[in-house]
Amino acid sequence: MSEADTSAARRNGDTSRSERAAALSVRNLRVGFGAAAPVVRGVSFDIAPGECLAIVGESGSGKSVTARSLLGLAGANARVSADRLELGGHSVLGLTEPAWQARRGKDVGLVLQDALVSLDPLRPIGREIADSLRLHTGLGASARAERVLELLDAVGLPDPELQVQKLSGQLSGGERQRALIAAAIALSPPLLIADEPTTALDVTVQAQILALLEQITGAGTAVLLISHDLAVVSRIAHRVAVLHDGVLVETGRTERVLGWPEQEQTRRMVAAIPADKPRGTRLSEADTPNIPDTAIDSVRKTPADNTIVLEAIGLSKSFRHPDGTRQLAVDTVSFALPRGSTLGIVGESGSGKTTTARLLLALLTPEHGEVRVFGQPWSTAREKTRRALRPGVGAIYQDALGSFDPRWSVAEILSDALSLGRQRRTPQTTARLATLLDEVGLAATVLLRRPLELSGGQRQRVGIARALAGKPQILICDEPVSSLDVTVQAQVLDLLDDVQRERGLSLVFISHDLGVVAHVSDQIAVMRAGRIVELGPALRVFAEPQHPYSAQLLAAVPRLSA
Amino acid sequence: MPVLRLLRRVLARLGGAVFVLWAVASVTFFAVRLIPGDPAQAVLGGPGSQASPEALGAVNAEYGFDQPVIVQYFAQLGRLATGDLGRSYALNQDVGSLMLSQLGGTLLLAVLALALAWLLALALATWSTQSGRIASRVGSALEIVAAALPHFWLATSLIVVFSIWLGVLPPISTGGALGLVLPVLTLAIPLAGFLGQIMRESLLRALESPFVLSARARGESESGVRWIHALRHASLPAISLSGWAFGSLISGAVVVETIFARPGLGRTLLNAVTLRDVPVVIGVVMIVAVAYILMTLLTDAVSRLVDPRLRLS
Repeated sequence: MSEADTSAARRNGDTSRSERAAALSVRNLRVGFGAAAPVVRGVSFDIAPGECLAIVGESGSGKSVTARSLLGLAGANARVSADRLELGGHSVLGLTEPAWQARRGKDVGLVLQDALVSLDPLRPIGREIADSLRLHTGLGASARAERVLELLDAVGLPDPELQVQKLSGQLSGGERQRALIAAAIALSPPLLIADEPTTALDVTVQAQILALLEQITGAGTAVLLISHDLAVVSRIAHRVAVLHDGVLVETGRTERVLGWPEQEQTRRMVAAIPADKPRGTRLSEADTPNIPDTAIDSVRKTPADNTIVLEAIGLSKSFRHPDGTRQLAVDTVSFALPRGSTLGIVGESGSGKTTTARLLLALLTPEHGEVRVFGQPWSTAREKTRRALRPGVGAIYQDALGSFDPRWSVAEILSDALSLGRQRRTPQTTARLATLLDEVGLAATVLLRRPLELSGGQRQRVGIARALAGKPQILICDEPVSSLDVTVQAQVLDLLDDVQRERGLSLVFISHDLGVVAHVSDQIAVMRAGRIVELGPALRVFAEPQHPYSAQLLAAVPRLSA
Repeated sequence: MPVLRLLRRVLARLGGAVFVLWAVASVTFFAVRLIPGDPAQAVLGGPGSQASPEALGAVNAEYGFDQPVIVQYFAQLGRLATGDLGRSYALNQDVGSLMLSQLGGTLLLAVLALALAWLLALALATWSTQSGRIASRVGSALEIVAAALPHFWLATSLIVVFSIWLGVLPPISTGGALGLVLPVLTLAIPLAGFLGQIMRESLLRALESPFVLSARARGESESGVRWIHALRHASLPAISLSGWAFGSLISGAVVVETIFARPGLGRTLLNAVTLRDVPVVIGVVMIVAVAYILMTLLTDAVSRLVDPRLRLS
């Protein structure tokens, strides 16, 4: 009888004992680094076998540090203390490193985000999965290989025999996340910790991975889910604990916490979820939970008129793979953007969204079709002619940090954009800098800072300010909020909404998140494999999608299902 | 299909190698011409030989020095294409057999130095990344100092310490294993510093990556994390640089073989340049170029072995 079987038997057979002992019991956990103030300050919770507890918090709230402390992996310079820290009824406080090594993988498993980097990219996934078996059981190589196939089958990876030899880079995002989960549950540990397990995934894949985690919970494993996204965890968590600044501010049944949040921080997070909130609703103010029905009409002061400012006519673009085959990234994409309105483009990774954005910005030349801006030729114009018009078309990118020169201060970044590359500082520049910063809600104190010294939300605000510097009439936003926390995302979405109304901007808003797109858009284009499969008014697409793929995307949108 | 792809890659590589050899031969042929002096005099024993104009004329006719440069160039290329490296002017000896007799010593020196540099760099990088902050500072300081040491200074210092003060190792490298120690150390220490810097940086990056955290969470021990995961990643950049390092070792051999009076390609090259012995200079340069190409092929193959991702595309 193998080790894995005995641990399964332990969980299934001896229920009376496992009922008594919580899979994990934490009292007054405190974690600090060096001489600085602790980042986790007195966290307490229990997880029963077969239960899924979600710890939700923004970046910097201490949730990952908490998760790592439970595995004894908080780091060499971490100070971890607790009144109680028990795994399966046994205290793990002050365990030596070898004692921890004997427990990790066997008594507790860990799943991290993005298996592309969380599985060793140089080793076949079969080896990675077999590692826990090699470390904790006396199984021979062939028995391990057999068990790996069973595990891959159990996590729903088709054709396990073919997959074991592959590297994580050869698998799709969902496939490798399944492999990562297989590695963590190889020995059926009674506790599985999943730290942002779906964050890098497309919504439909995210839904599948959550279903897998739910299935693992159903089999009797205690699952601790760590996430920044309330809507994601609400699908499978039995209980939710909200972590803010190292303290658990609220813990309770998922329905209760989401439906009747008691604490300010929780209410703010619930309000920030964009799905199902009508266009123009504020997301970042927790104290206005009920929007009157008239809000949709009243918020739009400068309604869209019928002037078409940006037009894509049958755009196609293909790329050549290293092996010589060509792939059509954008396939006869057409749409028209009326002044003052927002077109949302939604699709999963690889659907051609970013290529479309680059075609619209004339950073790529289409093979077929044409882009027209303000009724003038744009993609067919010469770059020299186009350059004069470029300030009219602004761009905001997902990776704000990567889009800045890291050595430049915010003042340099913005005055460069204001002067269109001609570096000359005048008193007017300083005044315009102040206006710009004010418009995006940043204090003048950030002017001297460099991008690395800013938070994610501040960086994206600087990115928006830079895009606004050229007084654009059109903004192309490529995943502008994808790397932000939900509450920060809410603020940035509200900001975009504000500047759009004040300046009468026309927006192309690209995102993988249908919830976000539906919230900001007048029209929605659903992209799949380079084509627009559905294009229509946002409310209609969201309420009654015509194309089956739109329906599938819609079903996978994280929303408060409780 | 895979066979065809392999064939195409081999052909491309081969074409690249031929191009490099042609370029090297051409550049050397014209560069040697910039050395002042008369090649005919070199044949007749150098500028001090006071050869008669008749003798010089005869040599010029025999070796074709009276022909236009372009004719000499193509004649030289033609001989090289058939594998004939020509005869040395000064030694009156076949360059091919001269190379063969000198090659072994230099290759041994370079290979041993490369191996020792790798060992030292690995040891230094491993030690300095797991023994705390002070070790890491000391390690990085050692690497910078070692990488900055010039060969001639290091060689003389080693001779002063080990041959003159301690008297344990011979200052002259004539046969025997003991004589190899100082020359190999001279070449290996600066290279170890350089490789160590690269390895430590990539080792630190690998140790902080999520897949190492995943491995630790499976119960992998510290040594398992290093040997199974991190060192493999850390060695990749150092492997690709080893081809370049091998070339720098051979140029370092010029200094080291001269200081330690050790026979080899380096010393042969130095003598040949001084005597304007064009066929020998070209011979040495061609041999080094071939060695360099082979070494690059070898490092590519090792990289593909260590990094399976390279085998995919």
